[in-house]
Amino acid sequence: MITDSAQPGLAIQARGLTKDFGNVVAVNNLDLDIPRGRIYGFLGPNGSGKSTCIRMLCGLLTPTAGNIRVLGLEIPKQAEALRRKVGYMTQKFSLFEDLTVSENLSFIANIYTLTRMEQKTRIPAAVERYELGRLLKQRAGTLSGGQKQRLALAAATLHEPELLFLDEPTSAVDPENRRAFWESLFDLIAEGTTILVSTHYMDEAERCHALAILDLGVLVAAGTPDELSDGIEASVLVIEAGEPRKIAHFLETQEFVHSTAQIGNTLRVMVDREVENPTEVASQAIRAAGLELASCEKVHPSLEDVFVASTQARKAARDHAA
Amino acid sequence: MKSLQRILAIVVKELRQLSRDRLTFGMIIGIPAIQLLMFGFAINMDVRHLSAAVADYSNSAASRQIVMDMAQTQVIDINYQVGGVEELEELMRQGKIVVGIYIPPDFERRLQQPERSAMQLLIDGSDTVVQGAVTGITKASRTSPYTDKPPLMEVRTYFNPERRSPVNTVPGLIGVILTMTMTLFTAVAIVRERERGNLELLITTPVKSWELMLAKILPYVFIGLIQVSVVLALGVALFDVPIRGSLFDVYRLCLMFIIANLALGLVASTFAQTQFQAMQMTFFFILPSILLSGFMFPFDGMPKPAQWIAEILPMTHFMRLIRGVVLRGASLPELSGEIVILAGFILAAMTIAVLRFNKRLD
Repeated sequence: MITDSAQPGLAIQARGLTKDFGNVVAVNNLDLDIPRGRIYGFLGPNGSGKSTCIRMLCGLLTPTAGNIRVLGLEIPKQAEALRRKVGYMTQKFSLFEDLTVSENLSFIANIYTLTRMEQKTRIPAAVERYELGRLLKQRAGTLSGGQKQRLALAAATLHEPELLFLDEPTSAVDPENRRAFWESLFDLIAEGTTILVSTHYMDEAERCHALAILDLGVLVAAGTPDELSDGIEASVLVIEAGEPRKIAHFLETQEFVHSTAQIGNTLRVMVDREVENPTEVASQAIRAAGLELASCEKVHPSLEDVFVASTQARKAARDHAA
Repeated sequence: MKSLQRILAIVVKELRQLSRDRLTFGMIIGIPAIQLLMFGFAINMDVRHLSAAVADYSNSAASRQIVMDMAQTQVIDINYQVGGVEELEELMRQGKIVVGIYIPPDFERRLQQPERSAMQLLIDGSDTVVQGAVTGITKASRTSPYTDKPPLMEVRTYFNPERRSPVNTVPGLIGVILTMTMTLFTAVAIVRERERGNLELLITTPVKSWELMLAKILPYVFIGLIQVSVVLALGVALFDVPIRGSLFDVYRLCLMFIIANLALGLVASTFAQTQFQAMQMTFFFILPSILLSGFMFPFDGMPKPAQWIAEILPMTHFMRLIRGVVLRGASLPELSGEIVILAGFILAAMTIAVLRFNKRLD
């Protein structure tokens, strides 16, 4: 239960958030505390419940169980009052493809009942900020992925929301535009906006102030990227070898190895944290198997390692239970 | 005031989208025009040009005269001259003719004896309408050459080729066209936005359900009135349909019926997930509207259960109203009963639509 004396520093609080679709549990007993003025990320594979979670938080879906408080409002009960305070960028481009860029913007401005004065200042400002000037007369359907996404962000922020929900905003965007997009998100943060963004890109997740890793509807880890790297339940080794494939197949049969991933000619190996001196143990095992390796060193875990480790731990537990 | 701004924004958006959707735009004018021509000219209950064959054993002036008379009616076209009854029956079995005319050798003598039939008509009775039309010829023919009146006149009066079913069809056609286009347009308009994801965006904005519903149907009200004008104008110009009641009343009734169908389209849109489903649902509704409302077949001639179903359809009530005003010159107070039913229908459908459309995804 979230008490009325909910912390004012929090934009979103959720307790025991659950959503079933028939027999499928899309989101399972989620607790969230998302601070204001930060970019908070939901990291997870497709089907992990990121979109369902965002839709529940902005009142589009009714939770099966749990309490939500967004910007001090009880959701979904006070969802209508929330509409004016939040912006929502859907995963799929949802503006009107048969309207031009400027028609779309003025439609959204009127839907949020901005006054004529507000429209006169905010629309040109958004056009300049998101570099839409050349595209004003172009139909939205003919824009590129990056342009569409800039337009969607411009539309979602036209009414100056306190909180912005972005559901996989960069899934159809090239790296250069993704970079520019994230720069504009930090501009919004500097202006005091809170942003909740879902992604399955590691590099994007690393940019977030804090994030939650979701797997099959369950929150498996949460914290800042550094906290998550430090708290990982495994040691990460990087092994260089002439025949990395053979070593990978060998290591996967070993008890103490959680997983291996090949990157070029190197192997990234996750080893049980309980194993002391993992570099020695791994090197010896590999040599004992008659395989050669050039080097083996322990490295600081990346977010991807955290992601793999936390989702694999769950998978192991599930397999065990089964 | 804020509601007005939002409604206006959606109406402007709808009209912009519509003006860019050439196919739909064409359908607005195309459907009424094509249907009017189709129903006016082709779907004609006056039966004409039935294929016929003659076996004339008499081969007299009188027999040739009577065959000519029958051909003159345009009900039948004499396509074959054959030598016997067997050949007539064979042609009929082959489906080459639906009417066979057999004139016996003693035809002229039989004409003098009213108690005997002078000749025989063989009719393919598989279509009852054809049967009825041809049976009519026999009555006319009996009176043919030996009465006082010139036989040609007699035949023409009876089989007036100008029976003018368009007069009855055109006002009803307004109902058919509005039912077809209005329900379909609104149902598809909302479901399309759901399919394209626009609706997910719209429901996260402050726009209210009733504002969205109202704004969605407003543009189509104007479109419906344009369609009514097209049908009426073409009906008067091409088929000389008289408008005996007041034109203002005609438009007021049409407005009511347009809103009823738009509301129905909205209800369908809240059930359908895809445009295809929306189309299926509206067709499920359009077919009984055309068949049972009294547009195609006289209402009183239908079996009771069909009449009960028909009473639920707004089209049935509109049909009575529009025919009353256009053809009989009735005034609205005289038809108040039907108007109340139509109004009740609008209220019910609108309520269901607004209640069923919630701003949630689940």
